[in-house]
Amino acid sequence: MVSAVMSAAEPRAVRRKAWLTNVNAWLLLLPAVVLLTAFTHYPILATLYHSFFSLSRGGASEFVGLENYTYMLEDHVFWQVLRNNIVFAIATVPTSIALALLMAVWVDKKMTGRSFLRLAFFTPTVLPMIAVANIWLFFYTPNYGLLDQFLKSLGFAGHNWLGDPSTVMSCLAVMVVWKEAGFFMIFYLAALQTIPPELKEAAQVEGASRWYFFRRVTLPLLMPTTLFISINALINSFKLVDQLVIMTKGGPNNASSLLLYYIYEVAFTFQDTAFAATLTVTLITILAAVALTKFVYLDRRIHYQ
Amino acid sequence: MKFKTKALLTAGLMTVASLSATVAQAVNLTMYYPVAVGGPVTKVIDDMVQKFQQENPDIKVEAVYAGNYTDTMTKAMTAMKGGQPPQLSVLFSTDLFTLMDEKAIVPIDEIPGADKDWLNSFYPAFMENGRVEGKTWSVPFQRSTIVLYYNKDAFKEAGLDPEKPPATWAEMVEMSKKLVKKDASGNVTRWGVEIPSTGYGYWMLQALAIQNGQKLMNEAGNQVSFNAPKTVEALQYWVDLAAKEGVMPKGAVEWGTLRTDFLEGKTAMMWHTTGNLTAVKEGARFDFGVAMLPAMERRGSPTGGGNFYVFKSASPEQQQAAVKFIRWMTAPERAAEWSIKTGYVAVTPAAYETDVMKNYVKDFPQAVVARDQLEHAVAELSVHDNGRIYKIVNDAVQAAVTGTQTPQEALDNAQKQSERVLSRYK
Repeated sequence: MVSAVMSAAEPRAVRRKAWLTNVNAWLLLLPAVVLLTAFTHYPILATLYHSFFSLSRGGASEFVGLENYTYMLEDHVFWQVLRNNIVFAIATVPTSIALALLMAVWVDKKMTGRSFLRLAFFTPTVLPMIAVANIWLFFYTPNYGLLDQFLKSLGFAGHNWLGDPSTVMSCLAVMVVWKEAGFFMIFYLAALQTIPPELKEAAQVEGASRWYFFRRVTLPLLMPTTLFISINALINSFKLVDQLVIMTKGGPNNASSLLLYYIYEVAFTFQDTAFAATLTVTLITILAAVALTKFVYLDRRIHYQ
Repeated sequence: MKFKTKALLTAGLMTVASLSATVAQAVNLTMYYPVAVGGPVTKVIDDMVQKFQQENPDIKVEAVYAGNYTDTMTKAMTAMKGGQPPQLSVLFSTDLFTLMDEKAIVPIDEIPGADKDWLNSFYPAFMENGRVEGKTWSVPFQRSTIVLYYNKDAFKEAGLDPEKPPATWAEMVEMSKKLVKKDASGNVTRWGVEIPSTGYGYWMLQALAIQNGQKLMNEAGNQVSFNAPKTVEALQYWVDLAAKEGVMPKGAVEWGTLRTDFLEGKTAMMWHTTGNLTAVKEGARFDFGVAMLPAMERRGSPTGGGNFYVFKSASPEQQQAAVKFIRWMTAPERAAEWSIKTGYVAVTPAAYETDVMKNYVKDFPQAVVARDQLEHAVAELSVHDNGRIYKIVNDAVQAAVTGTQTPQEALDNAQKQSERVLSRYK
């Protein structure tokens, strides 16, 4: 009798508990869900929707299908900023990763002044991009900028670094690498410290050279970090445009303009929200493709400890 | 509990009552304004606003510095789309078509308090950009023309007459060649002349085109002549200053740092807005002169700078208060004060009849060059979708001065793109 009651009550209690767990979980998720829906998912869908409509200057907008997209494909500035962005990514991502790794390996050693070095490497990351851009703007200023003064003291001629389309992109890339590498270094440093010291001892017993150990043990063990950093660096190369506002405004003749900056110009300077929506959809597609590559393809090929 | 509710309610009611009381007392105005030149301009504006409020306690003006002209337009438009537009703004006189297309502004002459006599008291050249469809949409405030600043000490050093600035294109090249200075290893330490190509490249191109006898746009603001032979010639002359004659640095010349270049003696002459005059005067450690721009077929400069606009969404009281404020700001004494403190052209002839201005000009005759140039001045490039067209022209100018494209290619390109944008407005 007692056992029968128990058995009848038990599933109910379990179900009730499961339900409560569910409610609890959803309640915990609620803030994130609300924020993501309101500020990420809804805007993405709204942007997609607006990209199919004509611009309404005080009037009504009408459905135009893919017209904005064909306009985009014919827009040579769009192609140029896309090309610039790819060049910019290729120039900054591998360099900042390599530099970050180098710095991390260096400051991972036991030596005097280690904390000072770490701090020095990390400082550029702490500075706001606007401040960094202003500092570097002074470096690159023709004639009396730091770089030109230095070159002149060596007897070279000055150069209009940011005013020349063939040098402006490299100048910006150098600055961004300087700013970003310290940040990535921190991740490598953390990862290096999780590598068990036994591995090193074992390698020493086996007589492996330091370079061999680094190549066959350290590097593979750092791969998850490298992947994380490279995705972040790649996304940052599309996301970071603050320096353009201060330093070049995308000029000369769009030579330093990036996709996001072009979107800003179209949306706010030209007040062409329809075309800006179209460009934004393109940018989101590119970034989504990058993220998908990570989750679907690269993750499977990487060894996690 | 009950008592608490009651107290809260009373407190709330009192707040509402006191709020509505202040609303009844004062009209609140928000104004955005840009700064495109050197010197403590924001402080000058703040002081003027402060004074106005003392004289008119029933009007409260919040003057918001909003960056350069483009930034200010961006902020005003964004605020408008966000439902919080300013009641008045100082914006490019050439943003008119864009503001009309966005249905953002009201014609000033339809607001009570803005009578014909007042509107006719300004220099006609400054009113050109603000009059469309028989209505006056804006009132000139910080207006300018481009002038030639030259370093008299450098002129003397090069064996030139410091009282004779170049009057023609050919003379400017010739003199510039004499003014270029090189160090022992052949690097240039002083250029002959610099014309800025970033920020306001379209403005400088227009000046050259006018001098070469070419207008850049029609009155309806839907047609441009960027690749007309005379415009191409104008850009070619500009490009040749660096590429062929070697008197100007190669690549883009930065608008923002050009004044410093001139003050540091890195260039003997520069083309810049007269709005920078006071900043140059304060900063120059040498004797400098100001001249009208040199002529090819004729002398000429586009007018430039910002006008007051009143926004449509402002209430009738606010619009009237805005007109009152604008009248106050452009009254002769204030226009004179503003001109002295910045270098901008005072917007009415009456301002030059004030004692303070007369005294200033006596000691500093450079102050009236830009005004005297008005008789040669032409309305600034102003078309529909202005921001986009400016960007197209600026890109073309930069493509040409950096040598990426020939002037012909760059301007053909600009013409094609502009026609595509403007086809919507025909």
